[in-house]
Amino acid sequence: MRELTYGEAIREALRNALIKNPKVFLIGEDIGAYGGAFKITNSFLEEFGAERVKDTPISEAAIVGAAIGAALMGLKPIAEIMYMDFIPICLEQLANQAAKIRFMSGGKLKVPIIVRTQYSLGRAHGAQHSQFIPSWFLQVPGLKVALPSTPYDAKGLFNQALKDDNPVLYVECSLLYRVKGPVPEEDYTIPFGKADVKKEGEDVTVVAISRMVHEALAAANILEEKGLSIEVIDPRTIQPLDIEAIIDSVKKTGRVIIAEDDCKTGGVGAEIAALIVEKAFDYLDAPITRVAAPDIPIPFSPKLELEYMPNKDKIIQAVNSLLKG
Amino acid sequence: MMEIRFFEEKVEELYLMKGLITGPAHLYFGEEAVAVGVASALKEGDLIISNHRGHGHALAKDIPMKEVMAELFGKATGTCKGLGGSMHVAISPERGSLFASAIVGSGIPIAVGVALAFKYEKSDRVIAVFFGDGAVNTGAFHEAVNMAAIWNLPVILVCENNMYAIGMKAEKAVALKNLAERALGYGIPGVIVDGNNPIAVWLATKEVVEKARKGCGPTFLECKTYRLKGHGIYDQARYRLRDEVEAWLKKDPIINFKKNLIGLNVLSESDVKAIEEEIKSELEEAVAFAQNSPILPFEELKNYVYA
Repeated sequence: MRELTYGEAIREALRNALIKNPKVFLIGEDIGAYGGAFKITNSFLEEFGAERVKDTPISEAAIVGAAIGAALMGLKPIAEIMYMDFIPICLEQLANQAAKIRFMSGGKLKVPIIVRTQYSLGRAHGAQHSQFIPSWFLQVPGLKVALPSTPYDAKGLFNQALKDDNPVLYVECSLLYRVKGPVPEEDYTIPFGKADVKKEGEDVTVVAISRMVHEALAAANILEEKGLSIEVIDPRTIQPLDIEAIIDSVKKTGRVIIAEDDCKTGGVGAEIAALIVEKAFDYLDAPITRVAAPDIPIPFSPKLELEYMPNKDKIIQAVNSLLKG
Repeated sequence: MMEIRFFEEKVEELYLMKGLITGPAHLYFGEEAVAVGVASALKEGDLIISNHRGHGHALAKDIPMKEVMAELFGKATGTCKGLGGSMHVAISPERGSLFASAIVGSGIPIAVGVALAFKYEKSDRVIAVFFGDGAVNTGAFHEAVNMAAIWNLPVILVCENNMYAIGMKAEKAVALKNLAERALGYGIPGVIVDGNNPIAVWLATKEVVEKARKGCGPTFLECKTYRLKGHGIYDQARYRLRDEVEAWLKKDPIINFKKNLIGLNVLSESDVKAIEEEIKSELEEAVAFAQNSPILPFEELKNYVYA
């Protein structure tokens, strides 16, 4: 199969959507003339015109609000919020409006928007341009949250988001934009709420989110040389969350590590850990371990940022201490 | 307008006397001319977006009184199946009342998106969004008005300046004499209208709606009116001065409009009586309907979270 980068896979999914569905339009800051802050939408303005690739002023709340209004009228808006750190600026529209409109209207209305965003941890962007905060949305019924880790997942999850009648927060990782992987040419979908076993194993389960999938796989390869067999599971969407697949893996291995770029306190890992305890306590042979970022804002200094980031070494350490105990 | 007034009187009675309506119902006493004036100026296919003070908008858009009342009772027969309540009663897309946001200012960007869709689909439809004087100080307002202006969108920004944002007087919250002056900063027209005169509101809205329909973009329409009661049904509004209230009571839109119509021989006293009787009996039916309606089973709630 041909290989694309993660960024190319997203670009292809977006472009195909614009070609195939006249109800699809893009709206966001610098997505047109500038080509997107990460060049994902480069040349789209020339190809599709200003009505379908709408450059906006710096107005995050109005970007999401306008997407909601257009979606209520039957269009399929894809809004881009340049950095995940800017999501709090439009959190009101996303959490209070988009996620609740269906419920508050007694099911009369639906809001089929996609909000694309990315996090830039590991690129020396400092505390306000690097955050990964998906756990904030676990408490927002009505939203769906997709976190693709591979080019294949990026295209498949995006195509699924296009079909979904609910607001979907689609979180990219900018460190992954150049990662390559196989991507079919046709428009396939990956169902939401279906985790993917990225690598099978017997001794320890690592539930890895977004970028951490790659760190977990790297750790698993290193540990394999020492005779350890690590299973790596990627939930792919955290809302809905495929807890059954995680439980099945825990039942097999008896040990689990949850790896994420979010802060440890109240992260997605905390929720997954709680669910494992609720549903599979008897299968655990060791305490659940979380490999996450520390509870401090992200430092700018590149060396400090590297120390801050969860990585394969921290996963290996966690595996070793789990097996010792 | 009388329908709205009698409805609100009944809501107040049911809340205060009988405890049948609970929650923070925000009454529309005194502002009836705005909803009626704007709604009458719109055509089929046009839409409105309402806010937390939406009973008047709902009734002006001809949403059946019994559905509105049932929503206030939290019943499954209400406009939102009892999941929206007073602050969302005006959700009835089939009747041109698209949505109601209870977060101050937040309906405005959504209205801009609706207008964007109208333009995208090359239709000549128009949307009017209602908001109070408090909303003009939110970020959502500024972002949305700017966006509507740069894209020349068919949205009528209907500011119901009822002089108070809960207890904060508009004149203390904004350092401008008229809120409509805000429009200048965004390069769009700001129109000031007597919000207690339904004909004035109707004429002004008609004009700006036609402009928007022809592609001339948004207008900020400041309807100067007065909230004759507190912010919510529970609020005694003791922060208002007696002289101020009395002066505005003299400008009551319904009393004055009735007087004018009778003076001009459009209506007779007995016509007015007949209208009143008709509304009262409809209101009694609405209350009985709401009281006798079922509540949505709790197990069904999860069906409304995701589409």
